[in-house]
Amino acid sequence: MRTFYLLAALILSVIAAQAQGDAAKGKNLFVTKGCYQCHGYDGHGGAGAKLAPRPIAVASLIAYARRPAGAMPIYTAKVMSDAELTDIWAYLKSIPDPPAVKDIPLLNQ
Amino acid sequence: MARSKKNSFDRRGFLKGAAAGAAALVGTTPIAAQQAVPTRVAGAALAAETGAPAAKAGVMVLERPGSDFMLDVIKSLGIEYCCANPGSSFRALHESIINYGGNKNPEMITCCHEESSVAMAHGFAKIEGKPIMVLAHGTVGLQHASMAIYNAYCDRVPVYVVLGNILDATFRRAQVEWNHSVQDAASMVRDYTKWDDTPVSLAHFAESAVRAYKIAMTPPLEPVVLVADATLQEEPIKESNLRIPKLTLASPPQGESGAVAEAAKLLVAAENPLIIAGRAARTPNGLKLLVELAETLQAPVEDQRMRMNFPTRHPLYGAGSVRTADVILGLEASDYWTLVHDQTSFNRTGIEEKSLIRPGTKLISVTAQDLNHKSNYQDFGRFEEVDVAIAADAEATLPALIEACKRLITPDRKRALEQRGAKLAEAHKRVRDQARQQATIGWDSSPISVPRMTMEVWAQIKNEDWSLVSNVSNMMGHWPTKLWDFDKHYQYIGVQGANGIGYGAPAAVGAALANKKYGRLSVNFQCDGDLNYAPSVLWTAAHHRIPMLTLMHNNRGYHQELMQVQTMANRANRGVDRAHIGTTIDDPNIDYAFMAKAYGIHGEGPITDPKDLGPAIARAIEVVKRGEPALIDVVTQPR
Repeated sequence: MRTFYLLAALILSVIAAQAQGDAAKGKNLFVTKGCYQCHGYDGHGGAGAKLAPRPIAVASLIAYARRPAGAMPIYTAKVMSDAELTDIWAYLKSIPDPPAVKDIPLLNQ
Repeated sequence: MARSKKNSFDRRGFLKGAAAGAAALVGTTPIAAQQAVPTRVAGAALAAETGAPAAKAGVMVLERPGSDFMLDVIKSLGIEYCCANPGSSFRALHESIINYGGNKNPEMITCCHEESSVAMAHGFAKIEGKPIMVLAHGTVGLQHASMAIYNAYCDRVPVYVVLGNILDATFRRAQVEWNHSVQDAASMVRDYTKWDDTPVSLAHFAESAVRAYKIAMTPPLEPVVLVADATLQEEPIKESNLRIPKLTLASPPQGESGAVAEAAKLLVAAENPLIIAGRAARTPNGLKLLVELAETLQAPVEDQRMRMNFPTRHPLYGAGSVRTADVILGLEASDYWTLVHDQTSFNRTGIEEKSLIRPGTKLISVTAQDLNHKSNYQDFGRFEEVDVAIAADAEATLPALIEACKRLITPDRKRALEQRGAKLAEAHKRVRDQARQQATIGWDSSPISVPRMTMEVWAQIKNEDWSLVSNVSNMMGHWPTKLWDFDKHYQYIGVQGANGIGYGAPAAVGAALANKKYGRLSVNFQCDGDLNYAPSVLWTAAHHRIPMLTLMHNNRGYHQELMQVQTMANRANRGVDRAHIGTTIDDPNIDYAFMAKAYGIHGEGPITDPKDLGPAIARAIEVVKRGEPALIDVVTQPR
């Protein structure tokens, strides 16, 4: 029984790690998979929607990539896996909050 | 870069004040009687030595070429500049401009590509509200110019194109003159010009030149083409009693009073009216009138950013939506159907579409486009089922519409409208705050974010008399119009019309040329893909000392098209990994500061650290304030 619990804990931690994603890989994928073209290198948005900071839940991100609305290209599992999208989500999640508007003098003129 | 004063010729009196009235001018002192023409004589001597047939002495020197009279006509129209790269089919008119006309009104602007000539005229007209002239070969020159003419046509901008041609085959000499001649020169662009003519006499030229100007300046404003036949240009004036017709511009068409009253009734009764401004403000007065209408109705204004229609920090700017509106007024709106519909993002037979507006929403259209449609080149979009269609110039119709609305607004209604206005002001503030909030993301990033570049510039021009001479819509993410305080008509020139790339740089130089005499600080955000079509216009700016601050929006690619390829790649389920092939402008990166220096312009960059941008802008503005162009290469995010 003890072995079972250890194994279950290990599996859950692997799943959790997968769900967390790898931000460094995600940052690279964000460029190579063309996300930055519409969303900006920092996910600030532009031609596409704002993605960061504080991205939507990873499951929602994956679901949207599989069946996007508007001008967003479709990303099937063949061209981008769930793991890759999770890495991208991790990168987006790693982007810190920007400075407040009031702390940027150029935005207060 | 000090420049010697231009030569000033005063060989004869010019028509004074002719733009305002008629003038006759023939039979005055022949120019050739006042000067020798040694080069022509020398050329004849050389021809004789090489065995070529020598012309009779009597035709070696002209008393007065027809091109002098053509120039008299052009001067009567008040045309300030003539953009051209030189061509043999209009060499006589060129010579008349620089010698007989003293190179003033019009002054020759040396361009290195006909596309630049037309786009410069396009940009000039956006600021000044009137055309300048473009000279080009009737065949090869017009082929170069054609895309830019199409842009001007779709953007409802007057451009006065004069083509050189040799219609009489017996007047043509060697092979080149046959290649550069054509039976019907203007036919190539007839689908996207408003009017053209090929005069066969000088008297015919005078009438058609004045007629062309009048047609170009009657809404909808459009390019026109006039063919200046080389025989008429180069042969001496033989016609007697030549005169220049009086130019009286036609008043712009105003909406029919019944339709205007119906529109006013709908707008005043509406709970959520929305004004959509396309190419609404033709002149500074158009902007004032649009503000008056919006304030009278307390209605929000959605700006398609094709003209400087409405002050960007006005509480009614950008606070409305087609989804919530019950009455929508489109003023010279472009592609009305697309404004009120959504459709699938990819092409397929039977594209799915849905209306964005609520059932029962009333649509009103005021546009001069209804007065001028072409069949082949189509720039009008899907057919929209509007409820009130007023075929008229929007700006000319606004005074009547405003008065009709005011007559219908009772004191009770006025109080209700004011309450609506207060809510819209709050919505406008929320939109502005959201834009500033979004601008913070990636503020210190490299490549530099577009809003960061935008605000670094704003900090240093906001207290100047500035003019934004570039299109900052899709390619720039609209950031300047989101963040800057625009309130004057000359502060923005809007879009290019037909989305033809290669317009941006020359249009900016043309607009800056118009701004020059007013001492305005012209600012150009320059997309890298656009500049590479005809970068030589930087030399034109340097040569003619046209002050302009250019910041490269250097995202090193054709990003709009890259995204299109991405869409297709993923639709084919093959992934986007190779979408950069054929769409990026790197490996090697282009050094735009070096390019600027090569053309004689102050150049800095590439700048990748946003902290370096402010000081570079300050240095460049110093150069611009000395009356010269300057360019900063900024490596930027895609949008």
